[in-house]
Amino acid sequence: MGWMFDFLNSSIGKKIQMAITGVLLCLFLIIHLIGNLFLFAGPHAFNTYVETLSAVRPIVRSIELILTLIFLGHIFNGIRLIIANRQATSVKYAVNKARENSTIVSRTMGITGSVIFIFLAVHLSTIWYTFQLEHGGGKFFDIVMSNNIGFGNLIVTIFYMIAMFLLGFHLRHGFQSAFQTFGWNHTKYKSIIEVVAVFFWLILPVGFLMIPLYFGLLGGGN
Amino acid sequence: MKLESKIPKGPLSEKWTSHKFNMKLVNPANKRKYKVLVVGTGLAGASAASTLAELGYQVEAFSYHESPRRAHSIAAQGGINAAKNYPGDGDSIYRLFYDTIKGGDYRSREANVYRLAEVSNNIIDQCVAQGIPFARDYGGLLDNRSFGGAQVSRTFYARGQTGQQLLLGAYSSLIRQMNTGKVKFHPRTELQDIVMIDGEAKGIIIRDLVTGEISSHAGDAVVLATGGYGNVFFLSTNAMASNGSAAYRAYKKGALFANPCFTQIHPTCIPVASGFQSKLTLMSESLRNDGRIWVPKKKGDNRAPLDIPEDERDYYLERLYPAFGNLVPRDVASRRAKEMCDKGHGVGSTKLAVYLDFADVIQRNGKNWVADKYGNLFDMYEEITGENPYKTPMRIFPAVHYTMGGLWVDYNLMSNLPGLYVLGEANFSDHGANRLGASALMQGLADGYFILPYTIADYLARTKAGKVNTSLPEFGKSENAVKENIRKLLSVNGKQTVDEIHKKLGQIMWEKVGMARNKADLENAIVEIPKLRKEFWADVRVPGSEDTMNTELEKAGRLADFLDMAELMARDALMRNESCGGHFREEFQTEENEAMRNDDEFTFVAAWEHTGDDSPPQMHKEDLVFENVQLTTRSYK
Amino acid sequence: MKVTVKIWRQKDSRSKGSFQTYPVDNISEEMSFFEMLDMLNESLVKQGEKPVAFDHDCREGICGTCGMFINGRAHGPISGITTCQLHMRRFNDGDTIVVEPWRAKAFPVIQDLVVDRTSFDRIMLSGGYISINSGGAPDANAIPISKISADIAMDGASCIGCGACVATCKNSSAMLFVSAKVSQFAVLPQGQVERKERVQNMVTSMDEEGFGNCTNTYACEAECPKEISVAHIARMNREFLKANLSG
Repeated sequence: MGWMFDFLNSSIGKKIQMAITGVLLCLFLIIHLIGNLFLFAGPHAFNTYVETLSAVRPIVRSIELILTLIFLGHIFNGIRLIIANRQATSVKYAVNKARENSTIVSRTMGITGSVIFIFLAVHLSTIWYTFQLEHGGGKFFDIVMSNNIGFGNLIVTIFYMIAMFLLGFHLRHGFQSAFQTFGWNHTKYKSIIEVVAVFFWLILPVGFLMIPLYFGLLGGGN
Repeated sequence: MKLESKIPKGPLSEKWTSHKFNMKLVNPANKRKYKVLVVGTGLAGASAASTLAELGYQVEAFSYHESPRRAHSIAAQGGINAAKNYPGDGDSIYRLFYDTIKGGDYRSREANVYRLAEVSNNIIDQCVAQGIPFARDYGGLLDNRSFGGAQVSRTFYARGQTGQQLLLGAYSSLIRQMNTGKVKFHPRTELQDIVMIDGEAKGIIIRDLVTGEISSHAGDAVVLATGGYGNVFFLSTNAMASNGSAAYRAYKKGALFANPCFTQIHPTCIPVASGFQSKLTLMSESLRNDGRIWVPKKKGDNRAPLDIPEDERDYYLERLYPAFGNLVPRDVASRRAKEMCDKGHGVGSTKLAVYLDFADVIQRNGKNWVADKYGNLFDMYEEITGENPYKTPMRIFPAVHYTMGGLWVDYNLMSNLPGLYVLGEANFSDHGANRLGASALMQGLADGYFILPYTIADYLARTKAGKVNTSLPEFGKSENAVKENIRKLLSVNGKQTVDEIHKKLGQIMWEKVGMARNKADLENAIVEIPKLRKEFWADVRVPGSEDTMNTELEKAGRLADFLDMAELMARDALMRNESCGGHFREEFQTEENEAMRNDDEFTFVAAWEHTGDDSPPQMHKEDLVFENVQLTTRSYK
Repeated sequence: MKVTVKIWRQKDSRSKGSFQTYPVDNISEEMSFFEMLDMLNESLVKQGEKPVAFDHDCREGICGTCGMFINGRAHGPISGITTCQLHMRRFNDGDTIVVEPWRAKAFPVIQDLVVDRTSFDRIMLSGGYISINSGGAPDANAIPISKISADIAMDGASCIGCGACVATCKNSSAMLFVSAKVSQFAVLPQGQVERKERVQNMVTSMDEEGFGNCTNTYACEAECPKEISVAHIARMNREFLKANLSG
């Protein structure tokens, strides 16, 4: 088992963990988005969908547990990397034109990740937590649209939109980066990955973004 | 002094084999008791140090670079010769030997050159096994190209970076031995002196270039692989730090300096652009495979190259040498370029350049083909000159490139000082009066991988291991002399910088001991150089102290030695009343301006002995005996 | 041309450094950047001051000795070249040029712009070679190697070890440097025997030397004077994964 420990603690090992957890989280986002899209089908459809999930709560709980572990793995390794990287660069340059050799999305993963983490905390403590208190009943749609924690509140709406925008930012670099880390950056596969990546960094976040935009800003659903 | 070349008896092709058998061996269990000090870790030094360590010797290696990978061997672009005959164009060991002897204008030893050709094939095998990515064809086999002075394709290459790849190969062998602890590497240390104990080289004094500390190191033998002294000209294709100090300090300790005047001027370099130029950049000789060299027929023609019609251009190499054309050896190409410029046909703003034109090949094979083959060189040219060589011809001019002369060594690569071995460009042995392209890499690696490791055993087996240590008074004495010299340099506190004086020396050397020499100029140089030396010791300014990194101090120490060596070069050139290879004396030329050798009087190696700071050096002759090749006038027509 | 250079001066590794500003006049645009520094140094020496120490040797872009951060870019504003290949025609009259040494914990400053890159050698020492002794190698053409593999190997092998990748990386990661060597040997038949150990040892050594982690910003590729591709990093990741997870 010593080898496993060494592997996971090596620089590449840490990156692999980031990449695996990142890709799994991307997959979770697909499922989450599909669920969210029920909102556009109206209150009844959405409430039915959530109630169906509530009915199989033990399964959902175990998935949530796994998700939590993945999230923690992603965050834990992210923090480890940031600390190690800070230590490796003791003195900063007086002048550094980083924009001429790299993209801003790639240099700000720590920042975008942190904002997404804050979003996650807010999202869990508001919508998710409130959902857990409901048993049956058709209130889920209303919770999402509520004036205090939902898209009835302009601040919440804008916060959600910013977070989704940054999620796109984060995935713009993160998704392809994961495949570089897996070693799949090969001329043969590169173009395929680039196409698939568009789904994750553009379509998926835009899908999420549509919800606060439509229900929060454009007054949809009323 | 009688010079013993120790060339083995027997037929040429069996000399090395029988010599290897006849030499003494060191028992494998005893090898680890011997310590060898290797100074310089370029191709020759790194390959020697690693091979000695593989055999079991203890090795300490020294370099003024931070890493062995920085040595100037890295700059060789074109390739490395070997007699593999893979293209099946009639090459053989004998042909490579013959071309090299002929290319060197019959001023090298037959036996050495034959051995070089013999091991050339092993070098390629060794390098491929090390993972050096030589160019390959689509069948997966090694590709070759042709080079100046040969009519067969025998040059192996790795893009435009052959020297770098070979050095990285030798470096990888060396670090592998560093990893096992058999080689101890001392980065950023410069040799200051060689310590002789009872007439044998047993130690060195070095200066740590970071802390300034002077320290002694004792061993059972000393190997110098410290490169050439081309920087005596200030402007050359050598790296900025390349210097002749190690060789010169050995010379002062009694080692003989052979053929110091044999310097190679490379024909294809980017011309000097400004007075502040610090070095000259080489454009690989391989460009002459596809580029055509020309000048305007009209003197002082100021038109742009593309405005000069075809019939007003003089493709002078093709005209003068129809058989070899643009691929004549370096000395011939260089001298002809100078001649054209002297006659007023030079081009560019300084009129000290000729054109190297790729228009024909671009038209024939397309721009992409050319870019594939020479892209990096073209880019490099454009970055330096601001001109695009795909559109307008390159301007080139000869520049000092390599020194065939060096410390005298016998067949075993040992100098006349027992225990002191000299490898690579630092020795004089294989290239005669002119080196062919792609042969320097071959010689450096031959010496290090395949020759020294055998021959050094013959010496070590006759000595007792670990005989000396640094507590002997000779070390202390030498250390003090080194410190005294450094203090002297720092205390002059004059008005001129080291570079200012170095440029003056370069001017004298280029004008009087350069591409074309004559008696009057050389005699004048022998007066001028000591004057400049005096000026140096009276007026140089070296700021800073000896106990930190001090780059000016390093440069000053090297220049002090160059100022001495320059005079030796001029004396050697004056003595040699003939023209041969890179040594061209204007008094000795044919009506067609070709070099005129004097085989009756000068078929010898001139080995100079230091007789004291104030007395002229004494020359010793080693007669060159040719039993296998007939001395003919080189003809590349 | 006249420029003002703002250069990092530091007496030795223990001292604290600072920027010093010097005007340099009478520059011609044919001069290289280093010839401009030579000019500055000449004038400093004449004033009895210590010249600016900087690493340089071949001055033709191949030895990898030189390297400095110029106006916020490794090896200066032009891509695909080393500092010694940079010429003054790339600057304008009156420019202020900021010159800093490579910054990374694994590259401590020795003096002024000179840094210690022996950490690179120690990584190489851990596995950057094929274990073959001199002599006894089989004929060079005994194993055909496809042109594609040979070209990939050559791409990796063209690394000159200058350290620009580390210097420009926001994490001071040496992944491009290490991967170039790992990649060279991974695609060649000669490198197969030690393939697993090599990547493991070299990555371990890289981590121990205090280099940072790669976060795939690809700044290294953009600044590499030999334009080495980050595809080599991907290959090394793959090699490392395979070496660790296969039996």
